[in-house]
Amino acid sequence: MLIVEDLHVYYGNLHALKGVSIEVNEGELVTVIGSNGAGKTTLLRTISGILRPRPGMITYQGQNITGLQPHNIVRLGIGHCPEGRHLFAPLSVMDNLRMGAFQRGGGEEFGSNLERVFKLFPILKERSHQSAGTLSGGEQQMLAIGRALMGEPKLLLLDEPSLGLAPVLVTRIFEVLGELKREGVTILLVEQNARMSLNVADRGYVLETGEAKLQGSAAELSSNADVIKAYLGG
Amino acid sequence: MSQGEMIIQQLFNALTIGSLYAEAAIGLAMVFSILGLINFAHGAILMVGAYSIVFAQAAGLPFWASALLGIAISTLAGVLMERIAYRPIRGAPDVSLLLTSFAVTVLIENGIVVFVSASPKGFPIPQILNSFVSVGNMRFPVIDLSIIGATLVLLVILSLLVTRTKIGIAMRAAASDLVGARLCGIDIDKVIVFAFALGSAMAGVAGIGWAGRLGDVDPFMGLGPVLKGFVACVFGGFGSIPGAVLGAYILGGMEVLFTAFLPTELALYRNAYVFIVLILVLLLRPAGILGTTAREKI
Repeated sequence: MLIVEDLHVYYGNLHALKGVSIEVNEGELVTVIGSNGAGKTTLLRTISGILRPRPGMITYQGQNITGLQPHNIVRLGIGHCPEGRHLFAPLSVMDNLRMGAFQRGGGEEFGSNLERVFKLFPILKERSHQSAGTLSGGEQQMLAIGRALMGEPKLLLLDEPSLGLAPVLVTRIFEVLGELKREGVTILLVEQNARMSLNVADRGYVLETGEAKLQGSAAELSSNADVIKAYLGG
Repeated sequence: MSQGEMIIQQLFNALTIGSLYAEAAIGLAMVFSILGLINFAHGAILMVGAYSIVFAQAAGLPFWASALLGIAISTLAGVLMERIAYRPIRGAPDVSLLLTSFAVTVLIENGIVVFVSASPKGFPIPQILNSFVSVGNMRFPVIDLSIIGATLVLLVILSLLVTRTKIGIAMRAAASDLVGARLCGIDIDKVIVFAFALGSAMAGVAGIGWAGRLGDVDPFMGLGPVLKGFVACVFGGFGSIPGAVLGAYILGGMEVLFTAFLPTELALYRNAYVFIVLILVLLLRPAGILGTTAREKI
């Protein structure tokens, strides 16, 4: 579904991604683990069109999407729930969700997507008229995921959804990822919490200083001595 | 004139001036909130609209049709300015954007000097606008009543546009978090064009009030409104639309207050007093009255 080939990204002179290649098949939950600064966020932002690779190629459903504008990439069905959430703090929860559906039609389509999000995160319905900035951290993360889902993504990019959340909320977020996967949403999950993400993922990649060092099924990675040592606290 | 009448008369003057400042400030605030650009050329947009009205009337169009045409031409000027001057350098440092806006201003102003004239041209308005409504000893010029009325109507329309329409909400979303907006699939180019169009239309309306009260237009008439709009934005919090409006009425109120209630020799320095108050406000609230500081660049 998504093929990333030999992706190089620079910030000025800083070589942030050094030839990363990954692949995500339809229906899979693929995780990219790695420490801070490994290039995980850069990878997702490049797929979404916020950053431009030079060189490198991104193919989505057989179409070359390298260098497309972010809004066109969203329209093709790639949703992105960014690290740090990037919510619209002064806007209401409802308006945040409305903006998530910017590339989708209104009316019935909007209504059914909204219903789906409220079913996953009932608290958002209660808070729908509150401004996003007044939500708790956990609620904000739910809103960020909900907003991405309003665009009806076929492929959802999730950047550190568990960051800074209480353990009970982390568990809830990972449950939701499982539910979304069962609904047929393909997910590319970037996480520092390697243990949790390898638990829900089908496959994974280990990113280190801009390079994909390891790849394999979640089970293989979970039992890899290096992964255990570096990321699973073993 | 009784004390009460005096106060009402001055309050009315403050509302008139504040309304003109608000019309000029809104466009500055909207563009700044998304692009981080202080569009100094906003005054040129206003001036171009006012000139169009002079020419349209000279060509035989009635005033009201000319006024609509002037607003349309201001709108178009703003949209073209974004497309030609600002879009190619988007993402450049703030200073480059600001310098570009100076360049655009000089270019347009001197275009008028070269192709029209450097000297002022009369700005004819219908007799009705030149008349007064008298209540007791108070006199309310019809043009001032129109300015206040038009501004209130436009503010209501504007607030509906930015809170009820998809593109309007998207504009506020982009102002609050640009990366978030792009990842939602909001087409930033469209939002920026919307901001320029809306702000320039307001500038077009401001130009009518401004030129109508002075009675003429000149190539550099945009300077006053853009500076007043700028100060209004700083007062209210740069980038906040409600802040710009609030700042405009505070500014208008202070100017009228200092002019009306200080002895003439002190009132001469009213602009200095305004800036003293501004400094005090900024010492207490560095981001302005309704301002927030966080902002991201494209």
